[in-house]
Amino acid sequence: MSSVDSNRVVLDPRFAPPFPQGALLVLRNPQLRKNVAHAIDVIQTKRDKLVAEKTDWQALRTAASAVREHVLANLGEYLVQFEERCTAAGGIVHWAADAAEARSVILDLLRQENANEVIKIKTMTSAEIQLNPFLETNGINVFETDLAEIILQLGEEEPSHIVVPALHVNRSQVREIFARRMGLKNLSDDPQELTNAARKYLRQKFLTIPTAIGGANSLIAETGSVAVVESEGNGRMCLTLPRTLITLAGIEKVIPRFQDLEVMLQLLARSATGERMNPYTSLWTGVLPGDGPQKFHVVLLDNGRSSILAKPKQRQTLKCIRCAACMNACPVYRQTGGHAYGSVYPGPIGAILTPQLMNMEHAQSLPFASSLCGACYEVCPVKINIPEVLLELRSQVVNQEREQASRIFDPLYLGLRIANFLFSSAGRFHTAQGLGRIGAHLFTRKDGWIHSLPGVGAKWTQTRDLRGLPPQYFHEWWAARRKEAK
Amino acid sequence: MRASLFITCYNDTLFPETGRAVVRLLERLGVELEFNPQQTCCGQMHANTGFRREAFAQAKRFIRLYRDAETVVAPSSSCVAMMRDQYPGLIEELGDDALRKEFEALLPRVYELSELLVDQLGVEDVGSYFPHRVAYHASCHGVRALHLGERPYRLLAKVRGLELVPIPNADRCCGFGGTFSVKNAEVSSAMLAAKLQDVVSTRAEYCTALDNSCLMHLGGALHRQYVGMKTIHLAEILASSEADNERFPVEAIR
Repeated sequence: MSSVDSNRVVLDPRFAPPFPQGALLVLRNPQLRKNVAHAIDVIQTKRDKLVAEKTDWQALRTAASAVREHVLANLGEYLVQFEERCTAAGGIVHWAADAAEARSVILDLLRQENANEVIKIKTMTSAEIQLNPFLETNGINVFETDLAEIILQLGEEEPSHIVVPALHVNRSQVREIFARRMGLKNLSDDPQELTNAARKYLRQKFLTIPTAIGGANSLIAETGSVAVVESEGNGRMCLTLPRTLITLAGIEKVIPRFQDLEVMLQLLARSATGERMNPYTSLWTGVLPGDGPQKFHVVLLDNGRSSILAKPKQRQTLKCIRCAACMNACPVYRQTGGHAYGSVYPGPIGAILTPQLMNMEHAQSLPFASSLCGACYEVCPVKINIPEVLLELRSQVVNQEREQASRIFDPLYLGLRIANFLFSSAGRFHTAQGLGRIGAHLFTRKDGWIHSLPGVGAKWTQTRDLRGLPPQYFHEWWAARRKEAK
Repeated sequence: MRASLFITCYNDTLFPETGRAVVRLLERLGVELEFNPQQTCCGQMHANTGFRREAFAQAKRFIRLYRDAETVVAPSSSCVAMMRDQYPGLIEELGDDALRKEFEALLPRVYELSELLVDQLGVEDVGSYFPHRVAYHASCHGVRALHLGERPYRLLAKVRGLELVPIPNADRCCGFGGTFSVKNAEVSSAMLAAKLQDVVSTRAEYCTALDNSCLMHLGGALHRQYVGMKTIHLAEILASSEADNERFPVEAIR
């Protein structure tokens, strides 16, 4: 959890390098960039096709957005309702204010079960609270069962996407990891053979480990049910075979009615994996004697969420259903992949969620990790205006930093202050343009272009030229023309 | 029609030929133009970089300068998007009711150039002649903020001699993003490299757009890499005619 090796991927916002630095590692890695772009292209193509066939797509988005907004406006009530109904059906609900509390609740539950091994369904929330390393430190072996999570766990890699966490790893790299960690020297990179290897590895875990940890796509207040959607069937195994099941879910995951799933599931599968329906949808309510887990716990995690809820402009962040459409559409993520974000939540949603979960004390570079192109907002199935939240957070970061002594001579802060001074008066602006012409002249080559600038300007000229300043600014031309006309 | 030109700070400073083209084009179409020399900036750079206090000042200044204009036209999608998407929030935060009223009265009269041409003047054929192979870069703000849609393509389709070639992945950002291009210079350059591949694959002579900011980014790299392609604002293409002696291709050789 420390940043000892600068080449190591750190997905903890408290220790990760700022985004521009984190991105540098990836930008120089051709294999990783190819893997990311290829994987995104495959998902995006499928997604676009399936969204196009939905004539009511925009109406669905509006409905889903309304459901999520309604939930957030009444979150307390729906959570209490969920707790009541879930408890009545035989579940046990725990409340965790932060990551540490959630981890210790889960550890206590596992100890009550005398568990020294646990199987897991892929859950971003457990990555958020860094559950696996905590359990391992406390003597509990954790086995991920989602194929991508197995690849990461065995390969000691970090997730780079919230739906397809091993998207940066290609088939031949998977072969290498499996061959090494499963002792299968003659394994080929044929997808079927790789899947069979994982299947064999997993079967044994499913049949012998009686305790599972999972997440939730939705918590249904009306019925106290939990919904999990997945593609591989490993989730279904974890939800049905074990004796004890622990579900960890963020408090924002609640939806009012069973019927609301109709809207959510249509949007989620298309947005996340480019499928009309996800292959496995598991729904259960409490405990059913003689069928499935006989002990069922739900850990409801706050970990910064209620403080986001309290801020009107930022609240929409919590509408997120973790589909990852924003990162698949993002031209920044396309180049950098997920690791650059230094958080388990990468991409545009990560750029707004991570610093907020950190109470704006870490990850301050993330709100700036966007060209504000708006592609994320366009694809978001629950209409989170990510650029709007990015701008709000940028303003908060600037307000934190602008009075700091170290920023007084920061070229960007200084530049923007000067620009404001100049823009506040046309006279000052025009004088500066005149001085600028003299200054720019020093750097302008015979071809009329600037090829190299000092200071912050070098950030531009490292990859682009800049045309020299014109002999006549527009307002000068206009004035001359007016004079001529008279 | 009388229209007041908001030329924008960077067009005034870096791309005066775009402003001249807008004047030539609109006057040819019978628009009576005025230009307030007090204008500077809409505040976009400050707002997008988190300097909201400064953006307030620019927004206020813009509204006060243009409140009496019959129509305002700006040859920049992102500046118009700034007014439509960000001014309302800024003004609400300021809590200045008088300013809000002035702004609400002004905003419906502010147009991006292609909106003014197609929607207000109702023209698509503006009598231009530009015998070149041209690729149109649909800028993010034009596509996703202003929803310009078919407007620029309809205008380009009517230009005599012009061969329009589509850019693959047309709606993908070029990576400029204002101060993003220096704050995240390496990522911005990687996005630019990807965009250039698509742009260069068109084998066009000119890459055009309704935003000189994207064109400054693309053009800077095209020039750096000695790609035989130039950038040109759509206004300059539309202003070009057989009779024109201030055509961009001539001026560009410098």
